Amino acid sequence: MIKYLKLYDDKCVGCMTCTATCSRLYAKVDDPAKSRIQVLPAGSGRFHLVACDQECRKCVAECPVQAITVNGQGVVMINKNLCVGCLACVAVCPIDAMRFFPAESVPFKCVACSACVKTCPKDALEIAEKADSPQSREYLELAAAVQQGGRK
Amino acid sequence: MSKTFSKNDFKLISETKLGTRPIHRGYAMRSLYVNVGTREVKDKPVSEAMKKHFVGGKGFGLRLLWDGTKASTKWNDPENEIVIAMGPVCGNTNYPGSGKSLVVSLSPMTGVPIDSNVGGYFGPYLKFGGWDALELQGKSDREVIVYIDSNEGLVQLYEAPADIEQDTHLLAEQLTHAFAKDEKDLQSVAVVSAGRGADHSPMGLLNFSLYDKRRQGVRVKQAGRGGIGTVLRDKKIRAVVGRFAGVSQNLNDAADPAAVQRVGLKLHREIIVNDDKQCKMRRQGTAHLMEVMNDYDLLPTKNHKYGQDPRGPEIASWVWEKLFSQKLPDGCWFGCTMACAHAVDHFELKTGPYKGTKVCVDGPEYETAAGVGSNLYVYDPHGILELNFYCDTYGIDTISFGTMTGFLMECWEHGILNKERTDGIDLSWGNWEGAAQILHDMADGKRFGVLAGKGVKYLAEYFAKEYGADAQFMKDIALHGKGLEQSEYISKESLAQQGGYYLTNKGPQHDEAWLIFMDMVNNRIPSFENKAEALHYFPMFRTWFGLQGLCKLPWNDVEPADNAKWPEPNKVPEHVDNYRELYTAITGEPLDWPGLIRMSEKVYNFQRVFNVRQGGGQRKDDYPPYRAMGPVLEDEYVARGERYDKQMKEKIGIDPAGKSVAEKVKITREFRLKQYDSLIDAVFKRRGWTSDGCPTPEHLKELEMDFPEVLAVVNDRIAGKA
Repeated sequence: MIKYLKLYDDKCVGCMTCTATCSRLYAKVDDPAKSRIQVLPAGSGRFHLVACDQECRKCVAECPVQAITVNGQGVVMINKNLCVGCLACVAVCPIDAMRFFPAESVPFKCVACSACVKTCPKDALEIAEKADSPQSREYLELAAAVQQGGRK
Repeated sequence: MSKTFSKNDFKLISETKLGTRPIHRGYAMRSLYVNVGTREVKDKPVSEAMKKHFVGGKGFGLRLLWDGTKASTKWNDPENEIVIAMGPVCGNTNYPGSGKSLVVSLSPMTGVPIDSNVGGYFGPYLKFGGWDALELQGKSDREVIVYIDSNEGLVQLYEAPADIEQDTHLLAEQLTHAFAKDEKDLQSVAVVSAGRGADHSPMGLLNFSLYDKRRQGVRVKQAGRGGIGTVLRDKKIRAVVGRFAGVSQNLNDAADPAAVQRVGLKLHREIIVNDDKQCKMRRQGTAHLMEVMNDYDLLPTKNHKYGQDPRGPEIASWVWEKLFSQKLPDGCWFGCTMACAHAVDHFELKTGPYKGTKVCVDGPEYETAAGVGSNLYVYDPHGILELNFYCDTYGIDTISFGTMTGFLMECWEHGILNKERTDGIDLSWGNWEGAAQILHDMADGKRFGVLAGKGVKYLAEYFAKEYGADAQFMKDIALHGKGLEQSEYISKESLAQQGGYYLTNKGPQHDEAWLIFMDMVNNRIPSFENKAEALHYFPMFRTWFGLQGLCKLPWNDVEPADNAKWPEPNKVPEHVDNYRELYTAITGEPLDWPGLIRMSEKVYNFQRVFNVRQGGGQRKDDYPPYRAMGPVLEDEYVARGERYDKQMKEKIGIDPAGKSVAEKVKITREFRLKQYDSLIDAVFKRRGWTSDGCPTPEHLKELEMDFPEVLAVVNDRIAGKA
């Protein structure tokens, strides 16, 4: 199973409570540029929410130091101690959910922690679960295939 | 499974605590000097003048090598050095291809400085300890391991135990485990080593390791060209081991770290989007070139006699893509999304001392697949992989080995060699097992491989003298310049590429200029002046990568989608601008395009003068063997008869009708030799050199490279005294 932050664009009113909650929690500032969730204006008073879907795992495959892994709940996590700040994960993310702040070395992403869910006034966010998909398994299968090449 | 060692098992010879030093804007401003003969270990300051004139990387390497050696120094004199230097941009984790080390030494093959660039973790790790370069000098009286701990600022010399492995795939694994603090620390260790082949042949290379966490094993990249591994072994250095834990973004202490991220991310994105549509480096590496070269009649086949063969597709990129076992990005330095360092896992060897064992083969890259593949008429991917593996682990350059074995096989075809002369090895075209036996001989230091391993320059003279082979024919088909074997592109139909290969400082290696498409296919540089300009610009531009610690592949093996709309798309202007921005972001120094070329020009001319000092650097040293210029043999002419006949009519102004093939070969040859002479004149003039190829004092002055010791060398040469 994959735990993830489910996003309801149709309920979002763009109040930015989620970004404030997130950036305060993780970066100790209220700054949408440091939030793991993004609220993007989509015109006509509508908004588009962006956060990692935990499923494509392209960043996990791309990371040259295996600092990005999938935890027991199916959430993609970054190990800051291992990260070398190359931003390959940022480049490879198809929905720009992997973020970085200029001159700060480690990128960041949503880990489905639920802090924003609790503060959203419009129920536009929800912690949900979904089944593994062929795409989500691909990286793990490739990595396993290579592991067999281990010479020990 | 070979024996496991801990570093405590090694006898400590000396220990020097130099301390670490922070890098500031790409430079540590000190280098490390290790003399394995006298055991002297010390820091040397890097001066502002050194930085200004030599920039870093290969520039620092050449300056240190010049100072450490004399005009009379031979490759195997104790004062010869191996210098490993990185450059200011090296070690950043944001811009793809930023992990290169540049290695220089007086080459056993050419006698003049060789420079070879290599990936792997050693160089950046060394730099993070606060050293811009490492000089290795002296000759040890016993086998030594040099250990440099970049976290501790500590240099230790150990005696290598007699029962440690000698071939890289085992030795690097042993040393990685011996010097890692624990399992988690394995990736912090990087090993530089050669192999048994380098003990017995001048074409020895250096393997630079990287610990691959996914594979749980050591992999290697090669500083392949010019025999630096042979110098390492001559010094009785078993290995140089570096260690650094804690790689992170911006260890270069960039002036503008956000700009480094920005420009790096821009290229990451371009690679992610474009690579699959362009060169497929992420899936195939440089092996993507195989069918391209075969289609364009440029893939060396049978000792560069032909450029294609119907069997070409048997070793095309898609064959390699299937064999490469890791379908995940696979780079040789952190943050390189081009990730072209592919490998074949679980490969079972069929010959040699490791027969029956399963190994990981790094590669093949294009040069290897062409050199030990099509060039030997080997179209069996297994054969290519096996030769690739053994070359690497024995510490033998696949390019020199491929070109050398192609020469031997052609000699076999012409009856110059036979089983009596090869100690029983059958060197028929395509017999990769025969080629493998040469390699095993080289490693053992016995039998035919010892003679073969001396390289084609030596062999051509030897076969003429000892076996009565036609001396001119031997000279024609021995593909080398200055003693270094040519790398793996057919140059004979591109005059500019002949210059690109042979008007080089180190010998015929494609890293200075690759002009075949520009010249032969697209006819963009028709006149001698056009060619000379390209043979000025590209070698200078490409030299710059070696000053910075950068890989050239991300420059033009991926291109912006709109590259073609810009003037001079061959230069990939947007990427040049990336490099300018990257350099400034790290060093804080402004740079423009002409400034970038000038940086290289300073070092390039210095290297040329260095050649002059060592007795080379003359016009006569810059001629190709005729196989690189045109058809040597009649059947070689006939294979491209239509093209040659057309050229004879249109370019030479002679009607080929009614002429015998022998006559036509002769006419073509005379014409092409003359063309090459005119090319040399134009190129030397453009480069600011005399007609004999010596940089003029005026040109050196203009470049601010008119140091007294440099002027003394050129003045002596120009006055005919040296």
